[in-house]
Amino acid sequence: MQELVTSTWWIFCFRWLHIMSGIMWIGHLWYFNFVQTPSMPKIPQEQKPAITKFIAPAALFWFRWGAMATIVTGLILAGWSGFLWGAITLGIGEHNSHDTTIGFGMWLGTIMWFNVWVLIWPNQKKVLGIVSAQPDEVKRAARVAGLASRVNTMLSIPMLYAMAGATHFSF
Amino acid sequence: MKNPLDSLQQTVVLGFVLTVVMVLLIHAIV
Repeated sequence: MQELVTSTWWIFCFRWLHIMSGIMWIGHLWYFNFVQTPSMPKIPQEQKPAITKFIAPAALFWFRWGAMATIVTGLILAGWSGFLWGAITLGIGEHNSHDTTIGFGMWLGTIMWFNVWVLIWPNQKKVLGIVSAQPDEVKRAARVAGLASRVNTMLSIPMLYAMAGATHFSF
Repeated sequence: MKNPLDSLQQTVVLGFVLTVVMVLLIHAIV
């Protein structure tokens, strides 16, 4: 048993948790952008509250906490594995393709995490009526949250390339 | 001019374009 619980095992464990929470996060991000947002105009007015009062708040809960769990497990994983600083500095001058590639993924993921907690969630609270706001403020909040969500969808494509490519498709 | 991020298709295309740019940058650094 003692041989099983090594630092290699803990690193694996955090990588496993990091992948699961990452799927929880990006899965919901893609649900919002590929399913919910394009469907909203087609839903009859009297049925919209099913989305805005029940489904969207629950999806946003798992979305934002998935983002938090992903960055926390990712930073622990990088620190424990010894490549945190190399990745933050994009491996410049190191000629280390792993650190450079994962570093791009980490920076993109960090921008996306910022968008979730600073731009999307505070504005979505106004849009969904979780906090009160004037109608023009709600309109502006919907625009900011929507654009930040689209930026994250765009960034998720290179981010996932970098995360998977660092180990499985290095130069 | 319309914001390309208002279109889901254009958002995805931009994501792939950014991926190519990123790969070129990685290649230049490594």
